[in-house]
Amino acid sequence: MLKEGEIRIPSGCAIAGVISKEGKNINGKIIVDSMTVMHERSNGLGGGFAGYGIYPEYKDYYAFHLFYDGKEAKEVCEKYLDKKFEIINLSKIPVRKTPKITDEPLIWRYFVMPNHNLLRDSQLDEKEYVSRCIIYINTEIKGAYVFSSGKNMGCFKGVGFPEDIGDYFMLENYNGYLWTAHGRYPTNTPGWWGGAHPFSFLDTSVVHNGEISSYDANRRYIEMFGYKCNLLTDTEVIAYIIDFLSRKKGLTMEEISLVISAPFWQTIDKADTEKKELCEYLRKEFPSLLITGPFSILVGFDGGVMALNDRLKLRSMVVGEKDDKVYFASEECAIRKMEENVENIWSPKGGEPVVVTVNKEKL
Amino acid sequence: MNYQYAEFEVVRNDDRCIRCRVCERQCANEVHKLVETKKGNFMISDETKCVDCHRCVSLCPTRALKIVKSDLTFRKNDNWHESNIKEIYKQAETGGVLLSSMGNPENFPVYFDKILINASQVTNPSIDPLREPMETKVSLGKRNHGIKRDKDGKIVPQKYPSLELNLPIMFSAMSYGSISYNAHESLARAARELGTYYNTGEGGLHQDFYKYGKNTIVQVASGRFGVFEDYLETGSAIEIKMGQGAKPGIGGHLPGEKITEDVSKTRMIPVGSDAISPAPHHDIYSIEDLRQLVFSLKEATNYKKPIIVKVAAVHNISAIASGIARSGADIIAIDGFRGGTGAAPTRIRDNVGIPIELALASVDSRLREEGIRDNVSLVVGGSIRSSADIVKAIALGADAVYIATSALIALGCHLCRTCQAGKCNWGIATQVPELVKRLNPDIGSKKLVNLLTAWNREIKELMGGMGINSIEALRGNRLMLRGVGLTQKELDILGIKHAGE
Repeated sequence: MLKEGEIRIPSGCAIAGVISKEGKNINGKIIVDSMTVMHERSNGLGGGFAGYGIYPEYKDYYAFHLFYDGKEAKEVCEKYLDKKFEIINLSKIPVRKTPKITDEPLIWRYFVMPNHNLLRDSQLDEKEYVSRCIIYINTEIKGAYVFSSGKNMGCFKGVGFPEDIGDYFMLENYNGYLWTAHGRYPTNTPGWWGGAHPFSFLDTSVVHNGEISSYDANRRYIEMFGYKCNLLTDTEVIAYIIDFLSRKKGLTMEEISLVISAPFWQTIDKADTEKKELCEYLRKEFPSLLITGPFSILVGFDGGVMALNDRLKLRSMVVGEKDDKVYFASEECAIRKMEENVENIWSPKGGEPVVVTVNKEKL
Repeated sequence: MNYQYAEFEVVRNDDRCIRCRVCERQCANEVHKLVETKKGNFMISDETKCVDCHRCVSLCPTRALKIVKSDLTFRKNDNWHESNIKEIYKQAETGGVLLSSMGNPENFPVYFDKILINASQVTNPSIDPLREPMETKVSLGKRNHGIKRDKDGKIVPQKYPSLELNLPIMFSAMSYGSISYNAHESLARAARELGTYYNTGEGGLHQDFYKYGKNTIVQVASGRFGVFEDYLETGSAIEIKMGQGAKPGIGGHLPGEKITEDVSKTRMIPVGSDAISPAPHHDIYSIEDLRQLVFSLKEATNYKKPIIVKVAAVHNISAIASGIARSGADIIAIDGFRGGTGAAPTRIRDNVGIPIELALASVDSRLREEGIRDNVSLVVGGSIRSSADIVKAIALGADAVYIATSALIALGCHLCRTCQAGKCNWGIATQVPELVKRLNPDIGSKKLVNLLTAWNREIKELMGGMGINSIEALRGNRLMLRGVGLTQKELDILGIKHAGE
């Protein structure tokens, strides 16, 4: 049977998220618990979490999380990392052995900075340098896979139910201002940890519920700009699109939503002139980045999160608030699990982004 | 002695025939004739002149007529086909180059017929176009120019030269001269009503049709017929014609008899003179020359109009397209070897060029590999026969399609492939006034509007089935396609998987 990356596997899912606008610490256990009530939306073939603000002591370094198939891949990859980066700290990611999680790969974490001389010689900006190295490892080094690479953030994922994955990675030991989570219901047995979600690239992480019908149009377009869609998953291509539009094109999250979940022409025609011109312009500039088919996504980025649905709202997503916190989930029960007394629960419209950012001074 | 035997037989049911002589009046080829004898009047047929255009059949009030292929055959031979033998007789007789018209009819693979389209089941929903918005609006031109912001950080929306289509279909180039005034008027009016474009071809623009300028693409071809300032200013886009699918590598020849008073004014050449378009543009012998023409035309029109470069699909089409994509052109139109023509040497039409499906797939892949797909939009033609062909072309990577033969069929063309004779009984490929008036532009434009409206509905149904509600998400979405009965090499070129994979 072909593994993820060799074949495209559609999947349904559950997602959840929580952010503190004041940048207060939220313990990882809260998000893990929220996923338990959406157990039925996953089938044990993938779960994962992304936490932001979890590595304050290393916040200026890229935190690389890697899966290795074996020692050989690790040796090759570490040699490469050593050449391209200054490695500040490396260690196994601590895990709690449980019978529910088996066949795990080697899981390592590196805090790194680009090698100063190589960066200068490459004439690239720092993030582009790092991104090219990640793409190189994931494409060229067999058996090595970077599944998290941002600063002061990290992804934890694997094959299993999300709550078991959370327990395995001992997320109760991490605190952050933003958490997102994902439980997967793939239609095949990938049996490979890299295929689980969130998918993350530099600071951007995406959890996604849906199956996009525009996949190959999006993939073939984004690959023009140096990205390699190794996993053949929707989430991967969405993460690259968001990285491309935000990092390379300088669009805000709201502007990105007008590209990937663009309003229908009939809606654009009715908008006021300024909005109309903007929407029309963005749709024409990036027509191949329109995403169709059902999706609900939570995009984590440095200092915030965006929740977004496809423009027909073909997947569920609810948002709620309480004090400084904003909660997101596929189902309301997951939000109530995190905060019993949640207020202002609403269901954002299709294509309507909900962007929440953290008061940076509080971080 | 003439060795040419009639290819068709006119079968007349004498019991039904009422001697009304409609067939006689309708046939410009003079096949039918009344003879009066003592026993009564009879209709007779000179079948050697019949081209199988069905005009008489369609107008016979008692349905007394049918045309059948003659069953007279040469002795069976799997090497020397009937056409080989007949063509040799013809050339031995005349010493001339064989002429044909419309697209290559030979038995080459039609890749569109070996590609199947996907649909949603269970894991994502199909979308009903009757209940939900389904977008087929297309904008053609360059993309991804770079975002500009004002001092407050707000995006300043830019406008770039582009064509705006309500549906991904345009009428391809057919000159006034090769087709009639009424055919042109039908196309122009239909384009306006549909919110798309028709194309003047290389025959200039008749003064009556300047009012359709917003829906017109004006062509600049190697003969430069009818090109002047007002012409360039009037069209919404300018197309440089480098080649045509039916006759790659050669020019055009509109015989003097088709250069009537009106055609002469439009083409800006004397009445009765042959209109010869040279094989190459004599100011374009290489790609850098093309760039100069592109920018001359942009300069002449203040950089307001997109420039299309039309080329025939030939062997190294992807390298050619890559060159064009760097030439400043906004749109590349590629014409496949099945594309039609008013007249072409038979050997060229039937043996030169490659299928549009392969050309399109290879160009789209190449431009993406080079990272320059955003420089241009791709329009393909030759031959698009149905809405399914369009969906497949777009999924392979086209932005929109050009249709011409399909449009002529909608106007009544029966594909008799005798346009070069200039005696089109359907009033399409002719300049003979009595024949031209048979095509009523009110009815013609209505039929074109009907055809494209129907196709657009079908496109929406197919898109909805795939769970796609905007045409831009279909473009280049090759996972939505599967091949059947294709070799691995063919699949690789098309960039699609085999059915079942």
